[in-house]
Amino acid sequence: MAITSTVSPDGNQVTIYIQGRFDFSSHQEFRGAYEKLAQAPAHYRVDLQGTSYLDSSALGMLLLLRDYAGGEQSNIQIVNCAPDVKKILLISNFEQLFDIQ
Amino acid sequence: MNDVRRLKILVADDTDTDRLILESIVRKEGHNVVSACNGLEAVQVYSAEKPDIVLLDALMPELDGFGAARKIKELAGDELVPIIFLTSLSDTESLVQCLDAGGDDFLSKPYNRIILQAKIKSFNRMREMHSTMLAQRNQIVQYNNRLLQEQMVAKHVFDNVAHSGCLNASNVRYYLSSLAVFNGDVLVAAMRPNGSMMVLLGDFTGHGLPAAIGAMPLASTFYGMVPKGFSMTDILREINGKLKNILPVGIFCCATMMDINFRKKRLKIWNGGLPDCFVYHHKETRVTPVKSTHLPLGVLSNRAFKDNCEYFELEQQDRIFVWSDGIHEARNAQGEMFGEERLKGVFSRSQNPDLLFDDIIEGVQQFVGSREKDDDLSLLEIRMDEPARVNSFAKEASDRFGNSEIEWTMVFEVKPTSFKVFDPLPMLLNVLMEVPSLRAFSSTLYTILAELYTNALEHGVLKLDSELKKTAEGFSDYYELREQRINQVTEGFVRINIAHKTNENGGLLKVRIEDSGEGFDHQSRTTDNLSSFGYSGRGIALVEKLCGTVTYLGCGNIVEVAFSWVNDD
Repeated sequence: MAITSTVSPDGNQVTIYIQGRFDFSSHQEFRGAYEKLAQAPAHYRVDLQGTSYLDSSALGMLLLLRDYAGGEQSNIQIVNCAPDVKKILLISNFEQLFDIQ
Repeated sequence: MNDVRRLKILVADDTDTDRLILESIVRKEGHNVVSACNGLEAVQVYSAEKPDIVLLDALMPELDGFGAARKIKELAGDELVPIIFLTSLSDTESLVQCLDAGGDDFLSKPYNRIILQAKIKSFNRMREMHSTMLAQRNQIVQYNNRLLQEQMVAKHVFDNVAHSGCLNASNVRYYLSSLAVFNGDVLVAAMRPNGSMMVLLGDFTGHGLPAAIGAMPLASTFYGMVPKGFSMTDILREINGKLKNILPVGIFCCATMMDINFRKKRLKIWNGGLPDCFVYHHKETRVTPVKSTHLPLGVLSNRAFKDNCEYFELEQQDRIFVWSDGIHEARNAQGEMFGEERLKGVFSRSQNPDLLFDDIIEGVQQFVGSREKDDDLSLLEIRMDEPARVNSFAKEASDRFGNSEIEWTMVFEVKPTSFKVFDPLPMLLNVLMEVPSLRAFSSTLYTILAELYTNALEHGVLKLDSELKKTAEGFSDYYELREQRINQVTEGFVRINIAHKTNENGGLLKVRIEDSGEGFDHQSRTTDNLSSFGYSGRGIALVEKLCGTVTYLGCGNIVEVAFSWVNDD
């Protein structure tokens, strides 16, 4: 599976892992990873350790997650970005919307 | 006598009664007895029976005990065969004579049974200890031979992998002591397609095979990448990542890597952990040290690895000196190290730059003196020179690159039946990656191609409307619709046109993508969608940031971008 997720024992944090290319083809899986949770977590982590590439539709998906998680009030960390992936996020000014590590 | 195993003991005595008494004492102790009646016979019996201990009467006919002892010791060779003289003599001189002849002890007649027992026991202990020692010595000899042989094979393999590349170029001088390989030093050099020379001097931590082993992947990566035109930073990263992966923690490689461009008379240098290299400006007889500003190769993960380099504009006949710490740490008889000050001294005293290299080697050897050398010196000198004088490859490349521009174009068209089953992007990227100077930009180029192609396909051919993506539900609907339409598409095309052109300093890549769609009103298009909060519309804005401008032509069904780059050498 290209996208997997884990929930912390207290249900407060979900981490979504994306392997390979993050583009439109991951849309359903990515959405499923946060919409199907029994309890809405307070913190979201998107782990891009295994992500080789991210396109503009993936940027749209990250924004969908952000609005789902409460928009301005959301608490989303994007972690372990490879330099190329981070470059795309920074060009898109996503550091103003997400906590990019 | 349970603690002494059954021994074979030779009893030699010409007096029958004495011999019989001794034989019976020894036999009672549980040992095997072989006997002889004179010296000659004793030697013969010894040869035939190989007894463990010899009891020898001093005075015998034919050959006396002293002569027999000498013979037996000679026959025994490395083996310890304890010889105990049996004697009724008691003057000091005779007893000394017994020991001089190779005897290990003596026993006075008449025999004391208890003392005889004790001596046999004690000499057997000594004999066993000796044979253990011999076995261990033989084993050590064997191990050492095997080690030497393994090192020879390893060196052979090493020499084939880390062959000397283009170190025979006329502007290169180097000294690597014979055992340097097993001190972990490695020196590789190769020509890039553009005619510049890449050199790496590395010094692995540790000694012996563990230090030598890392040099293999280093050399094979180096020789695999340099002739293909990869940039120095790409090669450093590749080597760093490889070493980090395969070497145990604690083994890493201090290294200096250089790219010497003879056409532009420019030096690009990266130093991670080696002593300061010297750039020698011959006109001002001045030295600029290049400090190590990085961690050695194989320490950091590639993510944390720093690849920024220093650049120098050089004159013809300027020189670069690189060394491992062998020179700095060479010691004299007083245990002092040669050190950087003495090295600088060699430079300041030098009258003739052509002799600097020899002056350094000589300076170190004189300092160390005649005592045993550490034999751990690695020194490299590279002189800036005309490409034509470096080697034939540099000349040819310089002629080729100096006055010609390389130009090509390709057109690739995706037809309706391909849209669903074929993604042209990896193939197009592969083509572009054949251009060495573009390799550093693979992900940027991929983004540009992917965003433009996606737009042409989704909006032009499949006629999907971004407006749909305004809501979360619409976002999903959009991709569901995409799936439906791509399965049904029967007409349309996306035509990708790529034009490539290089110049002295870099190049220009023009990408033009045309689709069969109706286009859009591109005159009223707003730029910079990156600050909006919508779920779509970022693709073109991204490309705009990467390329500078995005131009629409026709009715908006043609898009054109230009990506320009500057070579890093």
